[in-house]
Amino acid sequence: MEDQRQWPLFEVFIRARGGLDHKHVGSLHAADPSMALDHARDLYTRRQEGVSIWVVPSKAIIASDPAETDSLFEPARDKIYRHPTFYVIPDEVKTL
Amino acid sequence: MYTQGLDGQPAEAAVVDESALEQRFLARVDAEEKIEPKDWMPARYRNTLIRQISQHAHSEIVGMLPEGNWITRAPTLKRKAILIAKVQDEGGHGAYLYSAAETLGVSRDQLIEQLLSGKAKYSSIFNYPTPTWADVGAIGWLVDGAAIMNQIPLCRCSYGPYARAMVRVCREESFHQRQGYDLMLQLARGTPDQKRMAQEALNRWWWPALMMFGPSDANSTHTGDSQRWKIKRFSNDELRQKFVDFTVPQAKFLDLTVPDPQLHWDESKQQYSFGPIDWSEFDQVLKGNGPCNTERLAARRNAHAAGAWVREAASAYAAKRRPSAAGVAA
Repeated sequence: MEDQRQWPLFEVFIRARGGLDHKHVGSLHAADPSMALDHARDLYTRRQEGVSIWVVPSKAIIASDPAETDSLFEPARDKIYRHPTFYVIPDEVKTL
Repeated sequence: MYTQGLDGQPAEAAVVDESALEQRFLARVDAEEKIEPKDWMPARYRNTLIRQISQHAHSEIVGMLPEGNWITRAPTLKRKAILIAKVQDEGGHGAYLYSAAETLGVSRDQLIEQLLSGKAKYSSIFNYPTPTWADVGAIGWLVDGAAIMNQIPLCRCSYGPYARAMVRVCREESFHQRQGYDLMLQLARGTPDQKRMAQEALNRWWWPALMMFGPSDANSTHTGDSQRWKIKRFSNDELRQKFVDFTVPQAKFLDLTVPDPQLHWDESKQQYSFGPIDWSEFDQVLKGNGPCNTERLAARRNAHAAGAWVREAASAYAAKRRPSAAGVAA
């Protein structure tokens, strides 16, 4: 049984500058989403680290299982033809 | 940091072949790969990390008290703003570290309870008093300086969430040390009284700062496993020596005297040689008999109790606003 008194955990994502992706920076506990935003601002942007904050309930994150790392990611390893460097183009051919 | 995902892990691990998993774990550590929360890890590794990270977090939180003591009496508005920012950082460091500890399957409430009940330890350095304004400078310069020396190698420790928290902490800690030295410099260049105040603060904090690196290698109980697991990269004595070598010239620049008559430059070793540390003092403070042990814990308990109504009100407000569960939670 989950302890109801403990505030839920939120994951915090910060956009460092306009034009960049939000990036995971850490987590915090808060009673509700707006408090999570306030705390994220105090905890993770004391030195102008960001221009935008996302907070996401940690429970909402669905993560891959480390035990399945090989079956998930190994198949991509031998598909080198997916990279442009796989193809040898004669020097005479320009802008390709 | 996905704490909830860990709930079933220790039980699952018991079913499979532990020794094969441990070999694989050690190979990953040897290859300088980071261990992440959902990865398999030996129970001893998990427990060592929980102990170390939570002690570290508690130290940051209790560490707010000796300096917080001076916020209302800072001599200028500039110094007051700096001190508030520093103390706020320490609270933040505690929060990063509690989060890192929680990824190992321990709850924040458990950790706070361990601190408030006196069961958990925190750095002994915070059980010393700050009788003058110069102590604020000495803490920043020496205590934060020693902490940085300990913490920089932790940025490369094998446990990912701890390493990432330490990167953030170290980035902020540098300001703490420099503001402390800047404060000492101003006092050391001030009136004779101010200079004497700086000297007395150095006298008070020098030895406790050296003790922050922990027992000498010969008597250190946790070093072996921690080094094998790449949690700890350097021994206590190595880091202590490095701190002395860095700090003595800084004291000379301040024209202050390090309170150690045996301190001298060892030409053959190319390092400072320093006098023996009084470990009986360290043991006494560790056992709870330091000058401020009772006061520090009492201050934390009071703060926690006095804030209870705020936490309860926030929880009640959140429950009221939760759309679907509103009826159920009431």
